Amino acid sequence: MSSALLDALRKGNRLALSRILSQVENGTEAGKAALEELFLETGNAHKIGITGPPGSGKSTLVNALARELRRREPSKKVAIIAVDPSSPFTGGAVLGDRVRMLDLEVDKQIFIRSMASRGALGGLAEQTEALSQVFDAAGYDFVLIETVGAGQSEVDVVNLAHTTIVVDTPGTGDDIQSIKAGILEIADVLVVNKADRPGVDQSVTHLRNMIEMGYARSINNGKHHLQDFSENTVDEPAPAGWIPPILKTIACQYQGIEELTDAVLTHAAYLRESGQWHAKDKAAIQANIRRQLIAGLLSDFNQKAPGEMIDSLIEQAQNRTISPNEAVRVLLTYNRNNSLESSE
Amino acid sequence: MTEKKIRVLIAKPGLDGHDRGAKVVARALRDDGMEVIYTGLRQTPEMIAEAALQEDVDVVGLSILSGAHNALVPQVIADLRANGQTDVVLFLGGIIPEDDIKTLLDQGVYKIYGPGTDTREVCKDIREAVKSKA
Repeated sequence: MSSALLDALRKGNRLALSRILSQVENGTEAGKAALEELFLETGNAHKIGITGPPGSGKSTLVNALARELRRREPSKKVAIIAVDPSSPFTGGAVLGDRVRMLDLEVDKQIFIRSMASRGALGGLAEQTEALSQVFDAAGYDFVLIETVGAGQSEVDVVNLAHTTIVVDTPGTGDDIQSIKAGILEIADVLVVNKADRPGVDQSVTHLRNMIEMGYARSINNGKHHLQDFSENTVDEPAPAGWIPPILKTIACQYQGIEELTDAVLTHAAYLRESGQWHAKDKAAIQANIRRQLIAGLLSDFNQKAPGEMIDSLIEQAQNRTISPNEAVRVLLTYNRNNSLESSE
Repeated sequence: MTEKKIRVLIAKPGLDGHDRGAKVVARALRDDGMEVIYTGLRQTPEMIAEAALQEDVDVVGLSILSGAHNALVPQVIADLRANGQTDVVLFLGGIIPEDDIKTLLDQGVYKIYGPGTDTREVCKDIREAVKSKA
């Protein structure tokens, strides 16, 4: 990557930004180098995740939210990363979120980028976080991250977003669905979209019951939505003072969008005041380092460990002479001894 | 696995609402392993160029059945160039009279496909065009 391209990005050149996003998404050496440099300029954007089942209206809601954010804060820039699934068979994808965002294409302070999930399963693509960092460094004040249509466990977005909006629609299950673990737990703001449909009040009641049940617990256990990895190491933020609001919207008619925008901005202010903004940033960085460390260690190990040894252990496990656990123990011991030798 | 994905924008400029062809091509390219960004109906050339810029696509495919291709296509080409996207492969599908085909190809359209085109041919042409640009 030429530094000219990075300079152009810093000056607001959108073609340069777009080209760098591609390099980063494709994980090229140039892209990695650019990201290393750009990361040092991040930390300013408010990252907002939008997740929910397919067809619940995420893209339409993103369209309306971006428009409202721009209306209120005309000097601020909005980026949108819209993730859609890749085919598990061909690797191809049809990325159709832009169809719902046509309002935004005439506004040069809004930048929409579609991403294929490329086999990742947590609701995002592997490089979604990296792309959000590029937008952050490029001076985008809000980065909206729309996940693939999510079911119950595609919750990766919570590790990345400051504010997570979970979108549901009327008539998607009874109160048992709403006490299950998973996607509803990660919400900072809950939205029942398509609120002109029957069953909307019932959905709101289910969600409210869920929140009330969880609230007693969350007072004692502040950050119920940060991952375990951060749990012991992050400075303990103030006890949870945030109760996710439940909002009714009709996104395609822009109804309820002002309230949604209020909730998102109020949440950002709450995070900053309570110290959780800092804690979330730390947790995201920890998760990032941990992920790269695991990948790096695995790749080191693969280079070091003799293939025959691994093959033989697999065969022994298949003959049921050892268990997979024991095979791993043998490999880890080998790795440890090998590391000691090489460091002496 | 690490082969770079071909990114294609499929757009319908102008006012006709016949998007079946665009969707069939989008699906065929997807099945060929490409990443297809579909923008929907009634796009202005400016909107198409803007989407192509934001998505950093290798290829733009336009579907036009309104007869307005002689007005729309040169404008899309001009807008793409104005944005600095001079290396994008542009192809066109729809009802295009023989007399107009040569003019459009001269203006920079890579290929023009009419009704009944085998989508495998489209996929193959796109792969070749992108490869030769790399």
